[in-house]
Amino acid sequence: MALFQKKRPTDESYYMASQWTLMWRKLQKHKLAKFSLLLLAILYTGALFADFLAPYGLEEFSALYKNTAPTRVYWTDENGDFSRPYVYGLKKINDRKTFKVIITEDPEAKYYIDLFAEGCEYKLFGFIPTNIHLYGLVDEEGNPARDQSGKTLARINIFGADTNGGCIFSRVLFGSRVSLTVPFVSAAISFVLGILLGGISGYFGGWIDNVIQRIIEVLSAIPSIPLWMALSAAIPPGISVSAMYLYITIILSFIGWTGLARVVRGKFISLRKEDYVTAARLAGVSDFSIIVRHLVPGFLSYLIVNLTLGIPGSILGETSMSYLGLGMKAPATSWGVLLKETEDLVSVAQYPWRMIPLIFVIVTVLAFNFLGDGLRDAADPYK
Amino acid sequence: MARKHIQVGEPVSPLPSDVLLSVQNVSKRFTSKGVCVRAVSDVSFDVCPGETVGIVGESGCGKTTLGRCIVRAIDASEGRVLYRTLSGETVDFLQLDDRQMKPVRKEIQMIFQDPYSSLDPRMTVLDIIGEPIRANFPHMSKTEREALVKEIAAKVGLDTTYLMRYPHAFSGGQRQRIGIARALILNPQLIVCDEAVSALDVSIQAQIINLLRDLQKELGLTYIFISHDLSVVEHISNKVGVMYLGRMVEFGETEKLFASPKHPYTEALLSAVPVADPDVEMDRIPLAGEIPNPANPPSGCYFHTRCRYCTKRCTEEAPELREVSGRMVACHQAELLSLRGFDYSQAEEG
Repeated sequence: MALFQKKRPTDESYYMASQWTLMWRKLQKHKLAKFSLLLLAILYTGALFADFLAPYGLEEFSALYKNTAPTRVYWTDENGDFSRPYVYGLKKINDRKTFKVIITEDPEAKYYIDLFAEGCEYKLFGFIPTNIHLYGLVDEEGNPARDQSGKTLARINIFGADTNGGCIFSRVLFGSRVSLTVPFVSAAISFVLGILLGGISGYFGGWIDNVIQRIIEVLSAIPSIPLWMALSAAIPPGISVSAMYLYITIILSFIGWTGLARVVRGKFISLRKEDYVTAARLAGVSDFSIIVRHLVPGFLSYLIVNLTLGIPGSILGETSMSYLGLGMKAPATSWGVLLKETEDLVSVAQYPWRMIPLIFVIVTVLAFNFLGDGLRDAADPYK
Repeated sequence: MARKHIQVGEPVSPLPSDVLLSVQNVSKRFTSKGVCVRAVSDVSFDVCPGETVGIVGESGCGKTTLGRCIVRAIDASEGRVLYRTLSGETVDFLQLDDRQMKPVRKEIQMIFQDPYSSLDPRMTVLDIIGEPIRANFPHMSKTEREALVKEIAAKVGLDTTYLMRYPHAFSGGQRQRIGIARALILNPQLIVCDEAVSALDVSIQAQIINLLRDLQKELGLTYIFISHDLSVVEHISNKVGVMYLGRMVEFGETEKLFASPKHPYTEALLSAVPVADPDVEMDRIPLAGEIPNPANPPSGCYFHTRCRYCTKRCTEEAPELREVSGRMVACHQAELLSLRGFDYSQAEEG
């Protein structure tokens, strides 16, 4: 019998659990969503500590390393003994027969991988000046693999290098700062616009509702890519990266709020008829209090689900805008910019490591979808 | 706080001292796509302080709409609801504006049918019961409010140690007690119970009805008890109003009305009350046909399509609600018919 006795949450903590606690418990039962949450936490931590985790800055490239494959890491020395990991630098050789320039490993230039190595200067979180990176290359004496002017002598590109000889891994990290936050900022703007306009629409009804609903219909009837093109044509040329970032988020949220406003309106209308809202009204609770204390908490969980499921769309939106050349442009980096560099057959066939950023896009989008899925199941713990 | 006498629309004459609430010619029309439905038409009755008035009828007869019009959860299309406030003034509850409404609102409360949808699942029981206090006495301190909530929760039979729980931790009966506590905390005079026990198990129904009765005795409450369950209404009400298709067809003292109905519809309803005795043979008076479409009601008496005493006059002329031997009846033949009532002897023996 004991086998069939499930542990039932009959303790007081279950009875005193708020909606959010119940949702969290239910979400934890969704394995895939939990795993996705962990994955996203890792990705966002990566974006936060990008300049520490990335061995090279965005402006650091080396012509020698142009289009080179991921750097090979050796664990055993020439005699086959176990050694601390090291890499070889590169050198140019002229092939006597074909007169081709071959870039190959230079056995003379041996550099060890060191944790917390010195690299280029940066400011952690924007205000702590430092030059320590998670990993980097040092020579036998422990000096950084750089000459006096700070140019790199040898490099470790774990994801390979791009056409300029920049480190793709570093660029993925820096790119994630744009690609992972644009959806959130645009979601925040959509959130405010959606709640405000959807709320007005649902609460007042009548002709105001009609006008707002027709505007939403017109906006959602416009195909998104031509709309992006039109809006990005309005962005003045030669502006700074941060201004560009702002413009992109605004363009994305300009489209994103319409769906949200509809959800809010629908929820407003259905919740307004709930008995507990009537009860509050009969008790003399003001309209404003009813909205803030009953209506908004009533659909907040649905909104969060809606937003989570909408974020992959925004990520892909930013990626496609940058891919089409309407958004970020190099040297500013986002995942879309990185993907733009893989658009031709040559790069796919000859430099397959350039496709690595694509994995990040796919993983992030999937993770958000699974998380949204889990949240949707958990959203209404009372059913 | 001394409020001036309210004069909106027609001047309101003071109610006699033995009447607390007077529903006068209340109608509610719903218009949708050009079709007008009279959910409640021309209903009038008086409620005396301290008594319970039951409103019965089939589903769709407008009893819930009537209840909601009385508490102003929805606005009536026509009519007046005169109400004598605690300060002794007579007001037309339907005409008050927001500012005038606020002090009177507290005195008329409602208990809802569904104990699941009437409590906000996102608030603790303490917050739910305390919400009316928060809204009406914003300056009251949190500890004072909690003390009040505890007092009222104890009164309705809730364990006060459970107040920090959320509604999902409670059963239907307990939830209904929470709903009752919320209605009582503002010290109302009148409570409209809209099918307050219909969603509960029979055993729990009895508990809640007894609780409502005890509270009535203790606090001097007046109830308007809306239900489709005749035995519940018979048990709790002093007076009963029977509604059919939005109209009041009979209104009178419970025992008299049950013992000798004057309206054929009441007779049919009473014959359908089950008796808890397998030996008693039910002698139901079946009603022919369906309840007519309220958007397109029959001519004359609304009940004539299903009435077994129907005459030519019934199909042409709508009967007025008039007094017949100490009771209000809307039937042309009220004096002529001798109708069968609820057999108390049989029910008691069973």
